[in-house]
Order: sequence, then structure tokens, then C-alpha cells
Amino acid sequence: MSTQYSAAHSFNKVMEILDRYDRSESKIIPILQAVQEEYRYLPQEVLTFIATSLGVSPARLYGVATFYSHFSLEAKGKHIIKMCDGTACHVRGSSKVIDAIRTRLQLSAKKITTDDMMYTFETVSCLGACGLAPVLVIDDEIYGQITPEHALALIDKIEAEEKENA
Amino acid sequence: MRKLEEIRDQYQSARALCKKRIVVCAGTGCIANGSMKVFDALKNAIALSGLEVTVSLKSDNPEEHKHHDVYMVGSGCQGFCQVGPLVTIEPNGIMYGHVKPEDAAEIVASSVVKDEVIERLLYHDPETGAAYKGVSEIPFYTKQQRTGLKDCGNVDPQNISEYIAHGGYFSARDAYTKYSAEDICKLFQESGLRGRGGGGFSTGLKWNFARIEDNAKKYVVCNGDEGDPGAFMDRSILEGNPHSVIEGMLIAARAIGADEGYIYVRMEYPLACKRIRYAIKTAEEYGMLGDNIFGTEHSLHIQVMEGAGAFVCGEETALLSSIEGKRGMPNPKPPFPAKKGLFGKPTVINNVETLALVPVVMQQGPENYRKVGTAKSPGTKTFALTGHVANTGLIEVPFGTTIRKIVFEIGGGVLDKDGKINNDAFKAVQIGGPSGGCLTREHLDLPLDFDSLGSIGAMVGSGGMVVMNDSTCIVETARYFMTFTQHESCGKCVPCREGTRQMLEMLEDITNGDATEETLELLKEVGETVKLTSLCGLGKSAPNPVLSTLRYFKDEYEAHVKAKYCPTKTCKALTPIFIDPALCRGCTLCKRVCPVGAISGEVKQAHVIDPLICIKCGACISTCKFKAIS
Repeated sequence: MSTQYSAAHSFNKVMEILDRYDRSESKIIPILQAVQEEYRYLPQEVLTFIATSLGVSPARLYGVATFYSHFSLEAKGKHIIKMCDGTACHVRGSSKVIDAIRTRLQLSAKKITTDDMMYTFETVSCLGACGLAPVLVIDDEIYGQITPEHALALIDKIEAEEKENA
Repeated sequence: MRKLEEIRDQYQSARALCKKRIVVCAGTGCIANGSMKVFDALKNAIALSGLEVTVSLKSDNPEEHKHHDVYMVGSGCQGFCQVGPLVTIEPNGIMYGHVKPEDAAEIVASSVVKDEVIERLLYHDPETGAAYKGVSEIPFYTKQQRTGLKDCGNVDPQNISEYIAHGGYFSARDAYTKYSAEDICKLFQESGLRGRGGGGFSTGLKWNFARIEDNAKKYVVCNGDEGDPGAFMDRSILEGNPHSVIEGMLIAARAIGADEGYIYVRMEYPLACKRIRYAIKTAEEYGMLGDNIFGTEHSLHIQVMEGAGAFVCGEETALLSSIEGKRGMPNPKPPFPAKKGLFGKPTVINNVETLALVPVVMQQGPENYRKVGTAKSPGTKTFALTGHVANTGLIEVPFGTTIRKIVFEIGGGVLDKDGKINNDAFKAVQIGGPSGGCLTREHLDLPLDFDSLGSIGAMVGSGGMVVMNDSTCIVETARYFMTFTQHESCGKCVPCREGTRQMLEMLEDITNGDATEETLELLKEVGETVKLTSLCGLGKSAPNPVLSTLRYFKDEYEAHVKAKYCPTKTCKALTPIFIDPALCRGCTLCKRVCPVGAISGEVKQAHVIDPLICIKCGACISTCKFKAIS
């Protein structure tokens, strides 16, 4: 999946997605989910295109896209790291891991993607794996009972793999 | 369609040809601990030992039934997440915990080929060291009463025949062929089943409101938007026994006369979405879903909708807006969804756990169901037991069970700050997540049910139960919950949007040492106002964690405000960092790492920190090799 957005090719994909959901206004959320799956975020041009196709105002679509935390209007990094900050993870020390990762990647609560577009780091409210708290997810792989040292080691590993493949 | 009895009998005869059955937990927790690698390693080890193994028991065609030495199943969550990955070997009922792929060969040689037990892989009581053989012996399980979760973690969630062989879909068939819609509503009113999503409203009554609406189109919706941090029973049920949810929806649909259903699942639960989708597909193939269900004129079509990450969508009217493709904002009630719900049609919304209990209630009958639990809250309730407790996991107990039994017996005791079992370290149990409250030592013997919890300012909520030891700062925890609800407030009504923000700012002031005694008064006043005047359940319950801790931990709040001191040393701003001169060797390491130059001292002499310069970054604490700084 390319993170680059190339206009001509991608609108075909959007058309396909729109057709899959019968261009129905009530399917806005699944449509946006499918589009985000394709581009990893919701490019503005695509949002406008979808609004026109569905016959709704761009504002209506923008309203939905900004309401739900899953949707991103900005491009995300190649590797997506999510730290669970649910109650169970919180009382078992997720804050320390969050601080460690943010320091390491030079990110903050506001700035979540590294400048080289390699990492996006976000906190999520609960992944439902509370038995393993605190929990970290890197590119959909779940790691339980994580410590700051363990988390940094996992990032080191990605870094090493990236260097090898470069 | 084929008769359920035929499917059941065929499954059982195919099953009888398998000598042993190995269940590997494939719930999210165990998968994260590597259970799928264990599954593959066991499968390979069995094949290497010359035994014949199958991972999918096909029972539909009796001519294809054949002998298997081992039948392997990846089950849903077995609840004892602490000890995962879990492997159970039947018929002996041996349960192994913390199994690694390297253990596979030994397990096969000892417990599959032969019938020997591997002592070191059994569950050992962390306190006494005693070994327990399996589910029938381990106190974590024997002290529970698993009803809704009975098959969750045992049946293969991907095998509909296995669910049917365990008595599944028989209740749904009865609902469509033997009972009238009115009978079903009456039966559930008599059973006293109350919604497990938080509110605790009578399920039968809710159905009846939708039933009496005269409308050709009605909907049944399953609320699987389990947003409460610290609760994961809905995820476990959807992953471990998805057919029970579908059967519950079938019965609900029959009770109200709906022909279309939605299952709304959080997108954070990809495995649950996958399993429930697969279960719907097979149920359709077998004629349990779709048109002409069980040969009747009724139909029910179910779709899965993935949420997009908004906590407020757990509120029923907000969830309906979300299904309609809108911003997930709640609407004033009345009109209740039973009158005017999804797309303006009468709609019943039930929580996942409630729906999974529906077939159980029908199987048991209302009288038997009422025998368990308390008079006003019959039956059992699932809790997600997490935090500072020895056995974390998913448990199910009758209503009326005490916290003492749950935390100290089933949970195996409280973990202190060093991770050792020490029940004296117990501080509080936070129940019901961001909508609930804290229970303290004085509530240890309170029988838990909907009404008793309500009376002390907490709520069952979705059943998240987070145990906190004495190293947890209650004020910081209240601040944490307020950050959560403030962030998730949808912004539609003023009390919730502005009130939670004000409350959060006050809590931040308290934890930063900027608050006065008036702040506490104001915090309480604002909290009560938000509770009274907010539009939906989110705002109405958001102040609970604050109000309940203000009530039971007043001293701790006052220490933060008056003495500017955090007793647990959690709030950095209220915890002076100092060097213990008796432990300091004067190595100068801390002085060198201090980013603001707050530390002074000569080589081989005790160093000191200037509290006026110190920014409490903690760099010195982690650097000190002699643990002299705290």
C-alpha cells in the first residue's frame, strides 16, 4: 500500500468503494473507513469528491470525519505505534511508557508523527487486553506487560530493520 | 434447513471419534502472549509423533466422519489472562499456563500420547505454591459461577455445529416456532433479566415497549461499543462465543417483530469483528439467519458496523446516529428508541452480554434463572478484574457477591507496589469505569448489585473493576477519568462540554498544587450540577469518579490542597525530590544529569537538591545507582 497519494489512480479506488456501499448517505462511516484503509488518512480532495458523489455538503462529511477519533485528516507515519492508556494500563504505569516513547521519537500529545514520516505515536483509551496491562500495539501486533525499556527496544528493532532494508 | 437435532447428533458422533481435544486460548490476551505460535508448535509436535490431528472437525457429512487422535481448537478468551497462553487437554481436563512453543514436544509426549501431567506447567498458587490440575480445581474458576461465559473459551467460535451441540439455537427455534412475541416479552419480564450495559433496565419491559409499537419496520441493535476503559467482556464474548450473541438477537427480533439488525462493534476489536462476521455468514448458510428462519415466514438480516472511535457512541441514541452515518451525538429521551429509534423506526438496543444471556434465560426458564443472584438483580454478572490484583482476567459471579470474595479469593489478593501479594495494601476498587465510582475498605462486604452500588454513588456500568493498591493516588486517578470523559464529551450540551472542562482544570490545579480549599467546594458543586443537568448518560455519570472519591477520600484531596503534599508521591509537583544523605556516596552522577543544575555537592560527599530550581523531571532518580534519591 503506497502512502503517496496519486490522483488519477486513486479516484478509481474511491469510486469502487462508493459503489460497494451503494453511494448511500447512511454508509458514510464505512465509506470513510474503507477510504482511510486505502490511503492511511483522508486526503481533503478525496473528502470533497465523496461529498459530491453522495450529494451531501463537504461540511457534513467534514463533521463526521472530525468527530470520530479513528479518522485522520493528516498523513500518518509508516509505523503506527499505539499505547493503551485505559484504566488498567494507567494504574499499571502506562504514563511512563508514553513519556519514554515521546522523548525517544521527539513527539508530544499534539505532534504525533515524526518529521521523516516514519512513526506515528498515539494513545488509545482501551484495547480490551486489560489482563496484560500495560499494552502497546505496533503495526497491529500487540505487546503486553510493557516497560519503558521494552518499548524502546521494540523501536530499536524497527529502526534496525529499516536500516537493513534501506 | 437441517434440523438442529441432526446437526447436534452428527457433531457428537464425529466428536466421539476424536480421542483427545486440545483447546488453545485464542483470545486477544493470549494471542498477544503468543498462543498462536503455541498452537502451531503443538500441531507440528503431534504430527511429528505420528498421531493424526485435525484442526477443523467437519461433522456435516456422516460419511466423512473418521478417527482423529487429536482435535485441536483455538477458543475464545478463557478469562484467566494473567496465566496465558492457556492450553487445556481433554478429556483429562489438564490446564497448562504460560505455555511456550518450546514446551510443545514435552506436552505431546507426556500428556497427549500418554496421560501424564507436567507439574511445572500447571497453575501454582503464587502464595502457597500449591499446584492445581485444571479448571475443576483452580480457585480462580471454582469460586466463580460461569453461566454466560460457560462456553466462551471452550467451544470453537468458528464452528456452528459445536455451538449447536452445546444446546445452541434451540432457544431461538422455540422462540420462532413455539412462542408468541407477547409470550417472550412476558417470559423475560418474569425472569427479571436486566440490561448489562450499565443502566440495568428490564430487558423484557424494553422489548415489550417496542413490541406494542405498530410499525411494519423495526430494528434490533447489539451494542458492542464497549468503550469503558478497563472492561473487555463484550470483546471476549464476541470473540469466544459469537453465536450466543446472534441467538440472543434472533430472540429479541422475534419478541419485537424486527427483520433487520445491526451489531455495532468498536474498531479497536478487529478479532471480534472478524469472528462475528464469520459467525453471521455460517448462521445464514445453516438457515438460522436470513429469510424464512427455522422454516417460518420470519426473516432477520444482520449487518456488522465498525465504530470509528467515539466513546459517546456507547450511549444508545448516539450509537443510532452513528449507524445512520452521522456524528455520534445523543438525542434527548423521550422519545425512547423503542418508539422512535434507528431511521425513526422502533428499535431495541441491547448490550452484548445481555444478548448472550438471552438464550441462557430461555434454556433455564425464568424461575430457575431467578434462583441465582439477588431479588432485584437476578442472575450472574461478568466483571473484568484488572489492576493491582494477582489474578487479572474475566470473571463471572452471581449478583450479591462481595468485593472481598472477588478481589481476595477469586482475584487471589492485592499486589503491593513491589508486586507481592499483600492484602493490607488494598486501597480501593474502581468499578464502572469513567461512569462509576470508587469502593473502599468499608465496602468490602457490600453485596454487589445494581441497586446497592447505585446507593453509594457508584454503578455496575459495564463491569470494569480496577483494583488499586496504596501506591495509587486517588486524586490523580480522578483526574485521569476526567481527562477521559472531557476528551470524549461530544460537545452537544453545555453542562457536559463546559462542566467537565472546568472540573478537569480544577483537578489539574489540585494535582499541580495550585488549588485552595474553595476549589474542593467548587469541584463538588460543579460536579453535582453536571450530573443533574447533562443530556445523556455520559455527562450524567461523568462526575461520579470525582464525587465518589471526594466522599470517601476527602483526606487525600485535603492533603493535596492544604499541605500541598501527595501522600503516594504520584503527583510530581507535590512530591519534593530529595537525596538521602545516608545512602548518597557522592558519585556526582546525578549532578551531571540534572538538566537545570539543581544538584550541588562535592565528590564523595552527600549531594543536595535545591527544591526551588528542581523541575522534578526524575532524571536523577533513574540515574542513581544507590537508590538514594526519591
